Amino acid sequence: MPASNAGPDATFPRLLLQHAAQRGNRPATREKDLGIWQTWTWSQVAADVRALACGLAAQGFQRGMHLAIIGDNRPRLYWSMAAAQALGGVPVPMYQDAPAAEFVYVLNDAEIAYAVVEDQEQVDKMQESLPQVPTLRHIYYDDPRGLRNYEGVTSFDRLLEIGREFDRAHPDFFDAEVAKGRPEDVSVMLYTSGTTGKPKGVRQTHRAFIAAADGARGFDALGPDDSILSYLPMAWVGDHLFSYAQWVVAGFTINCPESGETVMTDLREIGPTYYFAPPRVFENLLTQVMIRMEDASALKRALFHYFTALARRCGPEILDGKPVAVGDRLLYFVGNVLIYGPLRNVLGMSRIRVAYTAGAAIGPDLFRFYRSIGINLKQFYGSTETCAYVCLQPDRGVRFDTVGNPAPGVELKIAESGEVLVRGPMLLKEYYRRPDATAESIDADGYFHTGDAGFFDDGGQLKIIDRAKDVGKLSSGAMYAPNYIENKLKFFPHIKEAVVFGNARDKVCAFINIDLGSVGNWAERRGIAYSGYTDLAAKPEVYKLIGECVETVNAELAHEGSLADSQIHRFLILHKELDPDDDELTRTRKVRRGFVGEKYAVLIDALYSGKTEQHIETLVRFEDGRSGMVAADLRIAEAGTQSA
Amino acid sequence: MTAARRIGEVILKLDNISLSFGGVKALTDISVDVREHEIRAIIGPNGAGKSSLLNVINGVYHPQQGTISFRGEVRRDMNTHQAATQGIARTFQNIALFKGMSVLDNIMTGRNLKMHATFLEQAIYVGRARREELENRHKVEEVIDFLEIQHIRKTPVGRLPYGLQKRVELARALAAEPSLLLLDEPMAGMNVEEKQDMCRFVLDVNEQFGTTIVLIEHDMGVVMDISDRVVVLDYGKKIADGPPDAVRGDKAVIDAYLGVAH
Repeated sequence: MPASNAGPDATFPRLLLQHAAQRGNRPATREKDLGIWQTWTWSQVAADVRALACGLAAQGFQRGMHLAIIGDNRPRLYWSMAAAQALGGVPVPMYQDAPAAEFVYVLNDAEIAYAVVEDQEQVDKMQESLPQVPTLRHIYYDDPRGLRNYEGVTSFDRLLEIGREFDRAHPDFFDAEVAKGRPEDVSVMLYTSGTTGKPKGVRQTHRAFIAAADGARGFDALGPDDSILSYLPMAWVGDHLFSYAQWVVAGFTINCPESGETVMTDLREIGPTYYFAPPRVFENLLTQVMIRMEDASALKRALFHYFTALARRCGPEILDGKPVAVGDRLLYFVGNVLIYGPLRNVLGMSRIRVAYTAGAAIGPDLFRFYRSIGINLKQFYGSTETCAYVCLQPDRGVRFDTVGNPAPGVELKIAESGEVLVRGPMLLKEYYRRPDATAESIDADGYFHTGDAGFFDDGGQLKIIDRAKDVGKLSSGAMYAPNYIENKLKFFPHIKEAVVFGNARDKVCAFINIDLGSVGNWAERRGIAYSGYTDLAAKPEVYKLIGECVETVNAELAHEGSLADSQIHRFLILHKELDPDDDELTRTRKVRRGFVGEKYAVLIDALYSGKTEQHIETLVRFEDGRSGMVAADLRIAEAGTQSA
Repeated sequence: MTAARRIGEVILKLDNISLSFGGVKALTDISVDVREHEIRAIIGPNGAGKSSLLNVINGVYHPQQGTISFRGEVRRDMNTHQAATQGIARTFQNIALFKGMSVLDNIMTGRNLKMHATFLEQAIYVGRARREELENRHKVEEVIDFLEIQHIRKTPVGRLPYGLQKRVELARALAAEPSLLLLDEPMAGMNVEEKQDMCRFVLDVNEQFGTTIVLIEHDMGVVMDISDRVVVLDYGKKIADGPPDAVRGDKAVIDAYLGVAH
């Protein structure tokens, strides 16, 4: 592993230029285009960033301005970030799948005048927002398809040309601008997902993100030979850390998939060495494997089940270097040749050295499965305000129910209320134009209040149980941690989403969303016909299936002391999937508890009033922006509970 | 419609076409013209002769009477090979793809006329064969990118849902780089979202490549939205011809579609 590049006066543009000087011919970025992986070296990237920055400057972009970046993970969008930073500007990546109405708030809040977007879809949304966003003047697009006759927008290629011309006329401009940059300048503004209220712009400095990226680089020995797939939303702090900050700090290669639908194929072709995915991605992968195994020949199925059972028994221990019986070790070796190796290959994980998951709790079975087949899957903990860098699990110290030890350079303590407090170089500078919120979240000692409740386990690893504000009490006075219960429910492959209620009430009840893929497949194998989500969700057989899951959770809760009172008494299966387009989930797919509670108040009343059925009509927004009504009569089921 | 797309001269003209199968008169004395760069819709009730008309244009059927002139050349009838070499491509009402072959290979068949290497050259993949393969693959990849079907590139066509198969068929037709594209019910059997996608693709093809398009479609909303001129057939006869708004209000058309008391 090469030593750290990140000196005390490092900024992202300086690091980028350093890579171009030191290893100019090494691949920096790849993108699959027209079926072929195209490669850009560090010196090519640096040249394009230079042209881009000059182009933006020629168009009037100045120090301190914000540059909106909207689109799927495209190399040029990442370079735009560096170009904005080189000029002392601040990139503001935004969620690309949000409708125009949601853009308006952020565009106005950040006073966006310049935007770099991916394609026609995003240009359309920008132009739709224009009347409400008086500051927005310049829109640049990457993919020209369908945009030939648009007015008032500029192509990326044209911007590069403008930049090269400007550069020829002012050859010293770019270097002087980069030299002006200071590590304490704001390097990026990321908007919080807005689980509560309007999104807030989190301003991070070069120093903070470089510290976070460099800490992780040292921790996992990342270097120029590593390679990752960049496929998570660019507006998410996780992607900014892994695909941008660590990319520039460690100097590895980022690979941009051809399209959102080809990620699985692209993953296999690239074979990344370093991988990051939220738990739902790992879950989907495993579900796909399981479904395909059901269709495999009897011999293959038998081998698969035999060896995965063996792996569950001793795989994680072998990965952790713990003592394992010689017989099991030999069998595991055979399994590795016959099953685990090929399976890792199918998953695109043959070369993975380090894989991380975060963003939500991961099911123990799921987590153990990946580790058992030899994939070094670990967890970390962090948030937008901490550059996604607070705790990391070390190799050989991996547990499914913790998020790891404090990362290098991070101080961590637990408040009396149980809230997790952190301090370190990776903390946010401020919330944009929200001094009240900044003052509220950072205390006098410089600790940031994460809003998460947790504790240290015996091994000194942090365990998160819930959002601090969500932890409440039942009317009996017993502790009530909704996310904890919901996560237990969501660990079942048949349950996609769950929302539980119980704060200040006498018992806990739940809304369930079934997983259409998994339950659908289950239904098909049993010959149960259904027409769609709503129909399937109402089937008595499905209620029975989900009821069994709920009762399993109740049995676990019964043995968890103070949480025994939180067993679920009644539940219903919602007639529609919770969806960010209907504001029920955030863009990062977290449930907006308060909103769901209000929207479905009639269902909650029914749960607590003892009714067995409730009629409901819900407004649904489709992907194309139109909306319609969905009506259903929902059955409410009782679940068995256990005494502690 | 955008200003940049200029509708040009008449490039295809059918004069007094009559086609019959034994005693069944499929088409009776039909005259239709198609202008360069326009989207021309053919509508009509079931059995009105819409597909027959397309089949006459690309030479599958040979009319008993009338003439076809395409780009100034007047003929008694077309034959399919002439049609293809002159830049006419089509899709079919009931999908006609090679089910066992991958999407990529299916679309490559659309490049058939652009390949000149001999069988032997292709078998050992040298010289001209290699160069052509690369060129053609590049073109095919552009079409794949254009129609956003990268994720099914290697999937056998038989495993795809209907809506995507229709898109692959369009891709194969586009791979031939046609100047005139005949689409036989490109949106039949699709759901609303798939129809919207298909509409956008048809408009994009027309706008981006300037391809002239003749399409048969049952969905009136689609026809009225995207076509420049509409011809209406009923029982093999032309009963109306003109811009969508004029056709929509035409009494004969309303009668044909809604029925009329005799």
